Amino acid sequence: MSAQLAQFLLSGLTVGAIYALVALGFCIIYNASHVINFAQGEFVMIGGMAAASFLGAGLPLPLAALAAVALAALIGMALVKFAVEPARGASVVTLIIITIGAAILLRGLASIVWDKRIHALPAFSGEQPIEIAGATLAPQSLWVIGVTALIVAALWWFFNRTLTGKAILAVSHNRLAAQLMGISVRRVLLVSFGLSAALGALAGILIAPITFTSWDVGVMLGLKGFAAAILGGMGSGPGAVLGGLTLGLLESLGAGYISSAYKDAIAFIIILVVLVLMPGGLLGGRATERV
Amino acid sequence: MKLHAWFAAALLAVSAAAQAQAPIRIGAFLSVTGPAAFLGDPEQKTLELYVERLNADGGVLGRKLELVSYDSGGDAEKARTFAKRLIEQDRVDLIVGGSTTGETMAVVPLVEAAGLPFISLAGAVVIVEPVKKWVFKTPHTDRMACDKIFVDMKARGVSKAALISGSGGFDKSMRAQCQGVAKNHGIDVVADETYGASDTDMTTQLTKIRNTPGVQAVLNAGFGQGPAIVTKNYRQLGITVPLYQSHGVASKQYINLAGDAAEGVRLPAAALLVAESLPDSDPQKKVVVSYKQAYETHFKQDVSTFGGHAYDGLMLAVAAMKKAGSTDKAKVRDALEQIRGYMGTAGVVNMSAQDHMGLDLTAFRMLEVRKGDWVLAR
Repeated sequence: MSAQLAQFLLSGLTVGAIYALVALGFCIIYNASHVINFAQGEFVMIGGMAAASFLGAGLPLPLAALAAVALAALIGMALVKFAVEPARGASVVTLIIITIGAAILLRGLASIVWDKRIHALPAFSGEQPIEIAGATLAPQSLWVIGVTALIVAALWWFFNRTLTGKAILAVSHNRLAAQLMGISVRRVLLVSFGLSAALGALAGILIAPITFTSWDVGVMLGLKGFAAAILGGMGSGPGAVLGGLTLGLLESLGAGYISSAYKDAIAFIIILVVLVLMPGGLLGGRATERV
Repeated sequence: MKLHAWFAAALLAVSAAAQAQAPIRIGAFLSVTGPAAFLGDPEQKTLELYVERLNADGGVLGRKLELVSYDSGGDAEKARTFAKRLIEQDRVDLIVGGSTTGETMAVVPLVEAAGLPFISLAGAVVIVEPVKKWVFKTPHTDRMACDKIFVDMKARGVSKAALISGSGGFDKSMRAQCQGVAKNHGIDVVADETYGASDTDMTTQLTKIRNTPGVQAVLNAGFGQGPAIVTKNYRQLGITVPLYQSHGVASKQYINLAGDAAEGVRLPAAALLVAESLPDSDPQKKVVVSYKQAYETHFKQDVSTFGGHAYDGLMLAVAAMKKAGSTDKAKVRDALEQIRGYMGTAGVVNMSAQDHMGLDLTAFRMLEVRKGDWVLAR
């Protein structure tokens, strides 16, 4: 039965990498503003849907993907300009509620601008399954896992080695002090929303060949990604990946060895237990209270 | 004096004529938006298109038709509110609507109390079993789909089948119906797996099915993107026994999503899907081809069986009104119950006092995916 276990593990990794990719998007905005952006799932949806429609309009796949990521980044920045900035000085909770509103708006717009049907993107490198130890893996899953790893590395570099990245972290630690040091909080917000929207869109494009995409796909992906981010420790890149993979594996093993009907319940119960024991998540730092 | 009498008489005649010219009001509540939008959207479009067409042809009983339609967004509570408004405020003559079973069942008590003919467009058996005086429906039931699939399995020598289904209402209902009737066909359901409505990978469940000894065929009850993912995962795992899908994914979209993996998959569906490839001798060909062409040229969109259900609902309503010679609610209801041999997109309809759906197993065609398109399975 080792082939069976191998298959469960590979299935878990596939799903987990998808959650991880979505979870990463939550980190950037959280790092910049302590806001949990509930429109993150919608950026994932916009990426997939826009790429599908650009592809349908005749653009080649790489170009369609690029255009979709750019579009999402613009929408992310527009979100700051027209929804977050006017609420300057509002509490974090208010901003979070604004992102929920934005999510509903984006979902509605997508169902009108595009349509309410399910779309697919072609797999990037064929559909011939790869065999590993008697189990199989779709090539697209390798794309998802590989890009997730790249993004984690890129984010680490961005936050630790570039001035803009450090500025974002500075704003998250102490907004007033950062402002006094000459950092433009407005620009930091703009960059972080644009970046996480682009990241979400990239995730949406990568996973669309596996999960398909439609106007309402963001709800559940956003929720699972959020759970993964919380599990790993909000704001931590490696934490998001660890959280995503853990969640995916829990679901797969739960479905495989206990019951497929209760797999979500099993995964969420374990998350609750972990959070009770480690409130900061698996890789989260000590919780610091903002005053 | 005399002049006055003439004038009064003329006035009376004019107002009577105006009364006769008042439009027949067809009420509808459909899930045009929300999770069941793929049902409500083509239904709404179909109703609009055909009300317009009927009016262009002079209407029904010399009167124009007027469509009063609300978007219930897949919400049973909203459906109830809108049905109430249709009955009390809009005073419609008949309701064609209810995209989902939940919405339909929420409205049933209202129309039964009001005494208004109601033609539902939703699938489940409970709508017409037990028979409700004022409630009819046009789509096939999930039990018929199970029957059709098991008959086909049996013909291929299958006696042990596995079931994989989603967690949505349609999926659950079909799963229960299939488990209920499997024994009647001498088929053992040896594995029973489920997946969530928005799950992204079903290889775990399918691995369990693959490792269950004796499975000769797999049946996937579900709609939306789930069955397409199941199909892809099925090929990825290299499972070779026949895969059956339900009528819930009977649209071109399923093939587009699943791609090559859909090759060889079978499912029961209405003739609409293979309209052009039906033999000319098929009595249903004319009606399905005409509806398909009308819909596709008008909306530039692939036809779906769901829109077909709305077409059948509207046409049954019109046939009943013509038969009753009036829009009197009780007379229209009686006429609906007496409709025999009406040929619709779902099949031939023979209503009776015991059967308010009137379809039999011949309404379903067993289709198979070949080279990226549906063909009739031999």
